Formats: sequence, structure tokens, C-alpha cells
Amino acid sequence: MLGQQILSGLATGSLYALTAIAVVVVFRNTRTINLAQGDFAMIGAFLGIVFLKDWGLNYYVTILLVVACCIVLGFGVERIIMRPIANSDWLTLFTTTIGIYYILHGVAGLFWGRDTKAFPLTFDPTPVDILGAVISQGHLYNMGWALAIGAVLYAFFNFTKQGVAMRALTDDPEAAYMMGIPVRFIVLLTWGLAGFIAGFVGILIAPIIYVSPEMMDEVLVKGYVAAVFGGLYSIQGAVIGALLIGVAENLAGGYIGSHVKTATAFVMIVVLLAFRPQGLIGIQKRREI
Amino acid sequence: MSLLKIDGLEANYGPVTALRGISIEVPEGGIVTLLGANGAGKSTTLKCISGVVKPRGGTIEWKGDKILNRSPNWITRAGIAQVPEGRRIFKDLSVSENLMMGAYTRSDRGQIRSDEERVFELFPRLKERSKQLGGSLSGGEQQMLAIGRGLMARPTLLLLDEPSLGLAPLLVKDIFETLLKLNQEWGLALLVVEQNVTMALKVSQFGYVMQLGQVMVSGPSAELRNDAKVLESYMGVAQ
Repeated sequence: MLGQQILSGLATGSLYALTAIAVVVVFRNTRTINLAQGDFAMIGAFLGIVFLKDWGLNYYVTILLVVACCIVLGFGVERIIMRPIANSDWLTLFTTTIGIYYILHGVAGLFWGRDTKAFPLTFDPTPVDILGAVISQGHLYNMGWALAIGAVLYAFFNFTKQGVAMRALTDDPEAAYMMGIPVRFIVLLTWGLAGFIAGFVGILIAPIIYVSPEMMDEVLVKGYVAAVFGGLYSIQGAVIGALLIGVAENLAGGYIGSHVKTATAFVMIVVLLAFRPQGLIGIQKRREI
Repeated sequence: MSLLKIDGLEANYGPVTALRGISIEVPEGGIVTLLGANGAGKSTTLKCISGVVKPRGGTIEWKGDKILNRSPNWITRAGIAQVPEGRRIFKDLSVSENLMMGAYTRSDRGQIRSDEERVFELFPRLKERSKQLGGSLSGGEQQMLAIGRGLMARPTLLLLDEPSLGLAPLLVKDIFETLLKLNQEWGLALLVVEQNVTMALKVSQFGYVMQLGQVMVSGPSAELRNDAKVLESYMGVAQ
């Protein structure tokens, strides 16, 4: 029972982790707390239904298309909305993303309605056994994808020129600019990366939580809380935070009662901020916002 | 023809007028130094050349072409690299990654690799520490890395902003020896902003003394070196 709770907690946590990574990457390169990160994924989930059900496309083609659309969405948000106000203070940037959040909610409601929809593709409900712990196939599948995406992100940030440049921009934007690194282009890529991650999260989470304009609200909040675990700066910190939240809320839900499940993440963040306001992983150099 | 020719350059730094019409030339393969007290406008001059600060007036010519409103990306590609004040290396990036970022504007992979080897030959310490994070290096090593990163852009002209600042005397000597080597063996032109007047005038061929955004005195370094009165009056310190 315990192993099972932990395992499925890690599975949900891995999706929080992807969301948290996107929140961190956008924040540290643009000072923007992106409240619309979850809604990028929500749009992706609705598009997934369109591609799978209405257009009758293959599942893998659907994933490709959804991720591509979400990248374009990220690019569009940067070019059209965020770039003109890029030099504003953090509150303006944050408030603008609230606007984007409501616009995307509205767009989804307009096109696809406000009702909850079932994702056309569901997992075989037969659970699988891993070392004595039983886990649903959906969770296992998502964990596998999250690991693969994590590996891709790791390779991107460490072995590609644009990925290293993204980290250089985090480190010292002015020095990066002096080196001839095209800062605006890297910021555009950063939002594209947020879209890339959201596309996968949307398509992976849809079969588990159903699809509606509000589907990502809770996930976003948990992803954000996880990001705070990393001081909104450290990717490792955010991932650890996300996994902890996933496991803790599952344990709380299983042993205390399902009504405390959602509250768990908030209890954790309050405790964390009280004792380590800089985040779980000590970041002294986190930029002032 | 001079490599870089600045004429009547004017610039603001925020609300403050930082440059009031300065004219400077760097000949091909030359070492030119820019001296002056804090706030004289030396750093602003370098930032105007590298495109980081947009000047208000005047002209900057690079190999005969006007480059006044070009982006730092364009200017780096054209062959001007900057070693910024305070080194400004990327602390969370490894030594190799820092060098990689210096070569961001290039795509000739094989050449980039051989240039990295050249930088490692110049600074063997960096090779030993190539996997270490930039932030873990000592001050002297960080300055080597900042210079190495600038060299990775394959510049014709290297702009150096206070390369000796905050270094122990022995290291200062090393840095200036490196600069001479870059000039003589690599054939690079250098424009060096310095507070260490003695050293700067020893390695350079020509010098400009700035005060409050203007060039007050200029001449061959050998002459400036002997003009103690000039230096004293504009540097605010007796040399």
C-alpha cells in the first residue's frame, strides 16, 4: 500500500515537475511568473481531442502536432504580448499573464465549451505490478514520458548552443548581450520551451483528469509551489519539490482522507517558506524581482 | 587606414551625459589605451563600440564602414569582441561552456574547437579546469577565462575593460604579458581601458587620457609616460 502510494505520487509529481521546470525557466530568463503555463497545456489537451477524435489522427502524430501548436502558442505570447512590455516591472508582467490565463480560458470555452470532456484515448485499467507495488498503466506511462522529456531537457541545456545560451542569459543577461548572444531570440526560445513542455503535459494529463478549461488550474498551482521549492531558480530544486508534493499529497489523501489532498501542497509551501525562504536548494544569487 | 575610427561620439548613460564628442583611432594590429579617472567615460566608450550602449551622436567606423546602430551580435560577427569590466564570466556555466558562449556568433565547429585548443595553450590553467564552474575559479583564472571567452569570437579587435582590476601584482604582470602576446603573436589589435597607468602605457603604442566624457590629452604612450604633469592632473593621482 505504501509503496503504491509513493509510486503513483511520483507519477503525478513528474507532471508537476515538468510544469515547474517551465515556470522556473520562464521566470529566471524573463522575470515573469507565468500564470498561463497551465493553460498552454489545457489548450494542448483540447487540440489533442480535435486531432484524435475529429481528425482521426494517429496518437503519435497527435503528440507531435499538439507539441508544435503549443510551441507556436509560446512564441506568439512572447512576440505579441510579452515582448512589448519586457522591460516593465515584475508585477506588470505577472498581471499580464493573468490576462493571458483568462483569455485562454475564454478561447477554450468559446471553441470547445465549458463542459468536462473525456479524452478519447484512455488507458487499460488493469494495473501492473512493479516490485510488489501496483500502479495504473496510465501513471506508469506518464512517468516514462516525463523521464524521457527530462532527459531531452537535460541534453538541451547542457549540450546544445541555444540551451547553454539560455543558461548564460539566466546567469548574466548583460554579459550575454555583450558576447553577441541575441537576447530577444533566446527569450523567444524560452517561451517556446515553455510551450514544448506544456504540449506534453497537456496530452499526458488529459486521460487522467479529463479535459476542461479549468483542468490545469490545480496542476499549475502545484507546479508553481514546486518551483518555489527551487527558489524559482533551480531546476533540480523544482523537480525535487514537485516529486515531494506528488508523494506527500498522495500519502495524505490515502492515510488522512481525500479532502486534505489538495491542501497538502500549500501546507508544504508554508512550512518551507517559514524555514527556508530561499527555497529548498540554497540559491543565494536568485535575482531580485 | 585605421581599423577603428571614432569621431565626435556622444552618449548618455541614463540621464547623465557620459561622452561629449570624443574621437579615437585604433590602427590595425595596434595597442591603444584609454586612461582616466572613474566616471571619465571609458567604459561607455567601449560599450558604444560593442553596441551595448546606443550613442546619441557621432560616428564609429569599422574598417571604413559605419557601425553606429548595429547590434552587439552583428558587431561581434564583424570582428570586435569585448572583455567586460569585472570579468562578468558566467558563474553557473563550466569553463568550456563559457568559451562556447564566446563563440556563440560562429558556426564553424571545427574552427571553434581548434580555437578552444589555442585558448587552452595560452592559459593551461583553464584546460585543467575546463569542467569546473566559472564561479569556482580564482580572480586571476576568471580574468583568463574572460579573455579566453573574448578570443573565442575570433576578433580582429579585442576591447578590454580594466583587465588588471583587483588582481595581485604578479597576476597583473601576467595579464599584460598575455596582452602583448596576443598583439604580437596572434596579430590582434587591442583597445585597453586601464587604471593601471604605468602598465598600460608600457604595453601600448598610443594613449588617450579622458576626463568627464572628453579626451583631454592624447599621444604616443612613450611621450605620455614621461609627461607626469599631464597624468597627474587627469588621473587625480601622482604616478
